[in-house]
Amino acid sequence: MRSTFAFTLGALLVLASPAFAQPTPWAQPGETAIDPYAVDNANAGAEPLAEGAVFEAFGGVEGVSRIIDDLVDRSVIDPRLEEIFKPTDLVRLRRTLKEQVCFILGGPCAYTGRDMASSHKDLGVTTAEFNALVENLQGAMDAAGVPFRAQNRLLAKLAPMKGDVVER
Amino acid sequence: MFRRLAAVTGLWLAFTAGSAAAQDTDRSGKLLLTGGVSSVEGAGGGGLAPWALITGYGSPGQVGANVHATVVDLPDYQFRSGGIALGLQDRLELSYARQTFDTGATGASLGLGQGFTFRQDVLGAKLRVLGDAVYDQDRWTPQVAIGAQWKSNNQPGVIAAIGGRDHEGVDYYVAATKILLDHSVLLNGTVRATRANQGGLLGFGGDRNDDYSLQFEGSAGVLLNKRLLVGAEYRTKPDNLGFAREDDWLDLFAAYAVNKNLSITAAYADLGDIATFEDQRGLYLSIQAGF
Ligand code: HEM
Repeated sequence: MRSTFAFTLGALLVLASPAFAQPTPWAQPGETAIDPYAVDNANAGAEPLAEGAVFEAFGGVEGVSRIIDDLVDRSVIDPRLEEIFKPTDLVRLRRTLKEQVCFILGGPCAYTGRDMASSHKDLGVTTAEFNALVENLQGAMDAAGVPFRAQNRLLAKLAPMKGDVVER
Repeated sequence: MFRRLAAVTGLWLAFTAGSAAAQDTDRSGKLLLTGGVSSVEGAGGGGLAPWALITGYGSPGQVGANVHATVVDLPDYQFRSGGIALGLQDRLELSYARQTFDTGATGASLGLGQGFTFRQDVLGAKLRVLGDAVYDQDRWTPQVAIGAQWKSNNQPGVIAAIGGRDHEGVDYYVAATKILLDHSVLLNGTVRATRANQGGLLGFGGDRNDDYSLQFEGSAGVLLNKRLLVGAEYRTKPDNLGFAREDDWLDLFAAYAVNKNLSITAAYADLGDIATFEDQRGLYLSIQAGF
């Protein structure tokens, strides 16, 4: 019933707005369009966790969404990071980060963003800045009450991405 | 004991007070505890063993530095150590520690005199050669470092009298550290080539054995939260001197990072028999300040 409704609504939207006939991950409504790229879960840069317990500990899709919003909120006012995030399309960043973390934690999400190397190319991110972001993530997870061990399960997935994110 | 600790720490308080104002804590580029704490020989590590981690909170492009004061209060002796260490680019570590081995009342029974004290200077260098303990979570390979410690003891006469061969010596070591974030666990194994008796406090080489031997130092800890690491260490030692048996060292420790400028380590240390006095077990307390 619900899916029929969604389908009908989707079909109507397609008919109503031919320009957005197929809203693509690189040209989402409300986001700045970027160059097309190949969409693939592998772009998330890590295999998803097999068991669901950690995703539960994060509070599911809702919990992840709140944690990522908090992470982005902290980072854009963080004196160590604010410069880097000034030109960023935060609508897109929030969406893709939520997808990525949900996917990595084994949640029911697909990652539709770019891979980590191309996302961070030429940003000149340093190790210190990488760790600053991790600290903000720890702060957001603490605030959401995610147990320390569950936090580290996610951090263990993100840590190896340093090679693709950090350029100097 | 606490009065003595305070005296030693007065030095670093003066040292850090100046830099604290200028130093924005948050600019330090490493995560809490990822430089280890200050070991008894001054190198970044656990309490008893150096680890492959580079001390301080300096990331590539940065410098980290700290000072430490440590007291181990044993039944028949008191061990103290104070020192300074630099971590350059998270790559090279340079350290200096002054160790004091105070025989207190025991000095009289040893025929050395009441309050007789051995002093040893330890200069250390450590180079990270391979891997990354924190970021390499997608492979089993540890962070590996090689290091050397130049030690010089101020009591050549006594050392010769108890059968020791030298009052100076160099230890060489290879350390491998792995943080298994998935399990919130830290593991370290260090192999040390040494001639030191009781770490060098009783000299180097001896009447029973004068050669270098390979010793193993193992540490394992669990991160209970991002500030608190609890664990255990074991350090094997040579047994070069005929006059007294030398035992392995072990401890149970808790290292707490108040923030990136201050950490405190408390341990229960069992240093075994030392210079014929048996079962030297006691409280290990260390404070480290820096950035
Ligand atoms: C493991 C750590 C990180 C993860 C998982 C991550 C993830 C992401 C994702 C999913 C995107 C969007 C990709 C897309 O648009 O298709 C992104 C973009 C971005 N990230 Fe990261 N990131 C990490 C570390 C960092 C760090 C440390 C910084 C800077 C301090 C940073 C700065 C940015 C910026 C500025 C963008 C936007 C780039 C643009 O506008 O094209 N990221 N990141």
